[in-house]
Amino acid sequence: MHRLIPQCAALLLALLFALPAQGQGAAVPNEQFMPVPSYRVGPYAAPGTSLYGGFIDYLNLVNVRDGGINGVKLTWEECETSYSVDKGVPCYEKLKGKGPTGASMFNFYSTAIAYAVLDRAGADKVPLVTIAHGRTDSSDGRVFPYVFPLVTNYWSLNTDIVRFIGMRSGGMDKLKGKKIVHLYLDVAYGKEPNEILQKQAALYGFETKLVPVPPPGTDQQSQWLEIRQYQPDWVIVTGYGVMNPAMLKAAARANYPRDHIVGNFWTGSEEDTIPAGEAAIGYISALINPAGKEFPVIQDIEKVLYTKGLGNMTDQSRIGTVLYNRGVMTGIITVEAIRTAQGKYGKKPLTGEQIRWGLENLNLDDKRIGELGATGLIQPLKVSCADHEGGGAVKFQQWDGKQWKVISGWIQPDKKLVRDMVEASSAKYAQEKNIQMRDCSKGG
Amino acid sequence: MLYREAGQFKTSYRADQRIFPILQDRVVVGALLLVAFVAVPLWGSEYLVSALLIPWLILSLATLGLNILTGYAGQFSLGTAGFMAVGAFAAYGFQLRTPAVPLLLAFVLSGVCAAGVGAVFGLPSLRIKGMYLAVATLASQFFIEWLLTRVGWFTNYSSSGVINAQPMVIAGLAINTPPRRYLLVLAVVATLALAAKNLVRGRAGRAWMAVRDMDVAAEVIGIPMLRTKLSAFAVSSFYCGVAGALWVFAHVGSVDPQAFDLTRSLQVLTMVIIGGLGSVLGSFLGAGFIVLLPLFLPSVLSAVFGTALRPGLLPNIESFIFGALIIFFLIVEPQGLARLWQVTKEKLRLWPFPH
Repeated sequence: MHRLIPQCAALLLALLFALPAQGQGAAVPNEQFMPVPSYRVGPYAAPGTSLYGGFIDYLNLVNVRDGGINGVKLTWEECETSYSVDKGVPCYEKLKGKGPTGASMFNFYSTAIAYAVLDRAGADKVPLVTIAHGRTDSSDGRVFPYVFPLVTNYWSLNTDIVRFIGMRSGGMDKLKGKKIVHLYLDVAYGKEPNEILQKQAALYGFETKLVPVPPPGTDQQSQWLEIRQYQPDWVIVTGYGVMNPAMLKAAARANYPRDHIVGNFWTGSEEDTIPAGEAAIGYISALINPAGKEFPVIQDIEKVLYTKGLGNMTDQSRIGTVLYNRGVMTGIITVEAIRTAQGKYGKKPLTGEQIRWGLENLNLDDKRIGELGATGLIQPLKVSCADHEGGGAVKFQQWDGKQWKVISGWIQPDKKLVRDMVEASSAKYAQEKNIQMRDCSKGG
Repeated sequence: MLYREAGQFKTSYRADQRIFPILQDRVVVGALLLVAFVAVPLWGSEYLVSALLIPWLILSLATLGLNILTGYAGQFSLGTAGFMAVGAFAAYGFQLRTPAVPLLLAFVLSGVCAAGVGAVFGLPSLRIKGMYLAVATLASQFFIEWLLTRVGWFTNYSSSGVINAQPMVIAGLAINTPPRRYLLVLAVVATLALAAKNLVRGRAGRAWMAVRDMDVAAEVIGIPMLRTKLSAFAVSSFYCGVAGALWVFAHVGSVDPQAFDLTRSLQVLTMVIIGGLGSVLGSFLGAGFIVLLPLFLPSVLSAVFGTALRPGLLPNIESFIFGALIIFFLIVEPQGLARLWQVTKEKLRLWPFPH
């Protein structure tokens, strides 16, 4: 004990001196810094490793294959958030100022963290990209200039799912009198679709029942008992991480037909179905990007990175899974936004404020997507000052026991309904926070 | 050598009753306060202030609250996060529905709300003790979380159950930059910590400690059980409530009730145990250990290992090391970091001639 104390003190001192050394190496010019707030431990580690693995692989591909974006190399640093706000906020603060021009943009892939840094990102002028997650009404770019819930949001998604169920039932008018359960992880993320589901229930005349699952959602016996008693025609699931395989197993035990369960795009990956085994066969989920390795961009990653041992994924069998491809998709959107901003501000490292312009003027059409080798992997995106969502469509896929089979084309959301709700909700937010709405007709 | 109190005579009762009777302590604490109130806001980096110090101070306050209840009054509680949630949602409600109430008063009122709820859930402590009481307070944790999730009125009918803290304004001054937020938190925490220190040294604290050490004996010498136990619950919950309000308003900005789930209660309980039961200083040390260490570890580890390890391994190693450190400290000093500090102080008095 007597000798331990000075030793501990010496160690601590050494550590303290070791700390600042870390930040110094990064200050090399002509680099664009990208924060990577990943989560690789905890109940959400399975999706986290694939998402951020794909993301990093794409950034690396751009560096190795193309020499960066127009010659500007991408650099990045990971910070473990564990999907928790307590660690996510420090990660944001730690990474936002790194690199020659600060962080390009943040993408936490966690609705709770997105909520927590929403105001900070606006104040620091760092874009917060929340691809297919986050605060739904932040799609209104007039109130949230620095937040980009790109590709689709939970409300658009919900109208997509209801439309899909309508198609399966043989027309939207057949929804009348049907019973639809919404089974969701009882956190902000899971609750997002409730409001619009109830609105749509009134609109189409179906009955709906909300069944929350307390996080992390490993035990769902009582919920499925409740569902069985209610005897719904369809079950919509908003789950994440370990909740999903547990959901499929519980549904099998309750003998509920899996092909009448529709998960959202966070509830439909190989990480969800493979652990559930037989129980997952027939299960349907939405997707914003399909699984598969047939896309040229994925093949490039394998060829350029993995043959040289530069890849990020330790488990290479997960390349080409739904979430890995979503990470790649995120990378594509990120890089294209920076490229768009470079078109206006020059081919040099850009600040968050400049990249915000790039995000807002992002226009990924079919031609550009084809050039990137991602046809079919990503839907066309056109972002504008007022509409920070850009797309909104989803496809549906079904698990056949081995892989996901796409079973529909792009299904478009009920844009009018969603937009009205978004505007009402963002106006309320603007009033609560005393935010002056931007006038989008003035350009910017 | 430096830390010696020889020659410091106390000539009045006042001098004898000081919080820091030793001159050196006063100097150090004064310097610390000077650094905290002046140097940090002026020169501290934004990361230091808004990612490390603010959450540390707020959670220290919650730990202090639980320490009053568990450490001083001996009543186990697993409902800390629930009381924090009451404070957070009450402060939001006051700001939303009664905008005329100034912010600081709203914080106090939210603490009072939490105190009321805490006192109600403290009622079982009159009949049950120890682990049984812990389980009873567990009910409060779940009940409060459930209530705030299910009843839309508390969240102003937010569809996702998330509340957004209103912009903070005190006497016309907008508290919108990290140094200002930090100063607000620091001022509140310092004031309440001073109050707690005096509370536990005074009549109330002595009554709590008497109950903790043996409640039958305490009752025999005339300490009213009802008032003492419930006041401990109320004061403790007041602290937790204010901490919850600060957490929303000065730290994260928007939360859902799940930000105050059982994990948070257990986290605060761990802080109390690591820091030291029945110690104001220990509350700060314990919170520091649990909040700051996981944030330092990654930098340290990546400095040690560089990029040699495969991605994803580092965060897992961090968890191992963090767990191992908790066990290490509890083995070295089961009575917490505060006790470790006390031992160090006693050794320092004799140093360098221990015999």
